[in-house]
Amino acid sequence: MGNVPSAVKHCLSYQQLLREHLWIGDSVAGALDPAQESSQLSGLPEYVKIVEVGPRDGLQNEKVIVPTDKKIEFINQLSQTGLSVIEVTSFVSSRWIPQMADHTEVMKGIRQYPGIRYPVLTPNLQGFHRAVAAGATEISVFGAASESFSKKNINCSIEESMERFEEVVKSARHMNIPARGYVSCALGCPCEGSVTPQKVTEVSKRLYGMGCYEISLGDTIGVGTPGSMKKLLESVMKEIPPRALAVHCHDTYGQALANILTALQGVNLYKVMEAGDFICKAVNKTTNSKVAQASFSA
Amino acid sequence: MATVRRVSTSSAGTFPKRVKIVEVGPRDGLQNEKNIVPTATKIKLIDMLSEAGLPVVEATSFVSPKWVPQMADHAEVLKGIQKFPGINYPVLTPNFKGYQAAVAAGAKEVAIFGAASELFTRKNINCSIDESLQRFDEILKAAQAASIPVRGYVSCVLGCPYEGKISPAKVAEVAKKLYSMGCYEISLGDTIGVGTPGIMRDMLSAVMHEVPVAALAVHCHDTYGQALANTLMALQMGVSVVDSSVAGLGGCPYAQGASGNLATEDLVYMLTGLGVHTGVNLQKLLEAGAFICQALNRKTSSKVAQATCKL
Repeated sequence: MGNVPSAVKHCLSYQQLLREHLWIGDSVAGALDPAQESSQLSGLPEYVKIVEVGPRDGLQNEKVIVPTDKKIEFINQLSQTGLSVIEVTSFVSSRWIPQMADHTEVMKGIRQYPGIRYPVLTPNLQGFHRAVAAGATEISVFGAASESFSKKNINCSIEESMERFEEVVKSARHMNIPARGYVSCALGCPCEGSVTPQKVTEVSKRLYGMGCYEISLGDTIGVGTPGSMKKLLESVMKEIPPRALAVHCHDTYGQALANILTALQGVNLYKVMEAGDFICKAVNKTTNSKVAQASFSA
Repeated sequence: MATVRRVSTSSAGTFPKRVKIVEVGPRDGLQNEKNIVPTATKIKLIDMLSEAGLPVVEATSFVSPKWVPQMADHAEVLKGIQKFPGINYPVLTPNFKGYQAAVAAGAKEVAIFGAASELFTRKNINCSIDESLQRFDEILKAAQAASIPVRGYVSCVLGCPYEGKISPAKVAEVAKKLYSMGCYEISLGDTIGVGTPGIMRDMLSAVMHEVPVAALAVHCHDTYGQALANTLMALQMGVSVVDSSVAGLGGCPYAQGASGNLATEDLVYMLTGLGVHTGVNLQKLLEAGAFICQALNRKTSSKVAQATCKL
């Protein structure tokens, strides 16, 4: 803005600014006090658990098939960033999702750091058993808040999918394996259009009731806006305690961050960017992260 | 330094009923684009933006072409555009000479700018903030005599490439100065896009003590992907004027490879979803974005455009 001469490029002090500032530099003990103070005033949580879904949700939607060793290296890099939960892969048939065909090798090949959790998607009992055999200690199941989407995506009704998941979650609980539940199309469906908060609540309650410890509400096609997110959460929180809820926002319409708007804590941003740079090179794509775009010189 | 009493934020979920979008693509957007766009293309872009229903379209900058070659055709652009009734076409006037040229070319509204950082001001225009504002005195006097409204910009409100952190009190001081000098509206710019919602809130709390919220606008750069979230925070605090750029045009002279302004399409999408009136036709806006991206030979930075483009 204004008429800043474009001759002022790559100001060295600017790089310094990024390193020194709280919101970009390494997390420092005590540096969060101002943020905590602010967060209390505005009702933001003091701590947010980030569930990194890049290796699964991210990669499964990428055209380029990433070699197994690159996936393993990617996840190992993410393990060193401070992220506490990294969704590794999906034990789904390779016929449906070729990218995830190497699920067993990836699960066996990654370094499992103490204190970090590595959930995997298990759409059915067969996938669940394979996952456990490969060393999985946490699993996820996912339903949809839309009948049409459920039929299109997993070829059955919501009710049928819930019956399938009950089997999986029951087996998981029997083996003391925590199960996470996803609800997709929480803010809109590519087939049905609008989705009522009541429907999302109903599906979430079902998953929570069968034993899922956490429900991740997914704006699968990224159509939500802050108002619809608020309405959704007001409805779901009547049935499920907030600490058991997560949001999973797609950035299709640039709304993800606005829909989330919460504080970040305890993650080394530089290492996350390094991991991001690594996987982008592997899939031969430029990053979608604005922070990464701004930080790496062209 | 006076302690700033925190203004409590309105509960999340309260938003203004109407938001005035100030489209800065043809000026702030284009001036940060590498490829020079022909005059006819600029004029067509502005006409398309007018057709999209944007109430304010910042047309150009009457700055020396030595500094900003992209804006060398300022007079032709201003003379060449269709001036729709009810739409304002402000232009930047960095000095009195520029102001005179702007008025001669038919400008009915001008904009001046200050920064909330002494170092930034010193480095860019080789004087202090106070001195820079004094230079605008001539413009303000002449504009007042000619009944030409003047908009004031404050840059670096959430961070400075030279000074680093900027105190909210400093932003409030500069905003107050511009407002008392006669600017009808103050646009607070996160020039390098480093701000996050908490910092936006703290800055606005301070400024709102000195300038009525109805006279405030936010101008967020999306360098770190924070623009929409920061804008949302501002809206929750009562700000109802937002600057944005079609297709998210622009870049950042301080961070190569970085993205530019908040994309107007993405902003309109959010506001529409919130039930806030903007008067903008998103379809026509998308067409304007597609047009200028083709002319610039670049991809759009708007997520909405990416999602809806069939190519």
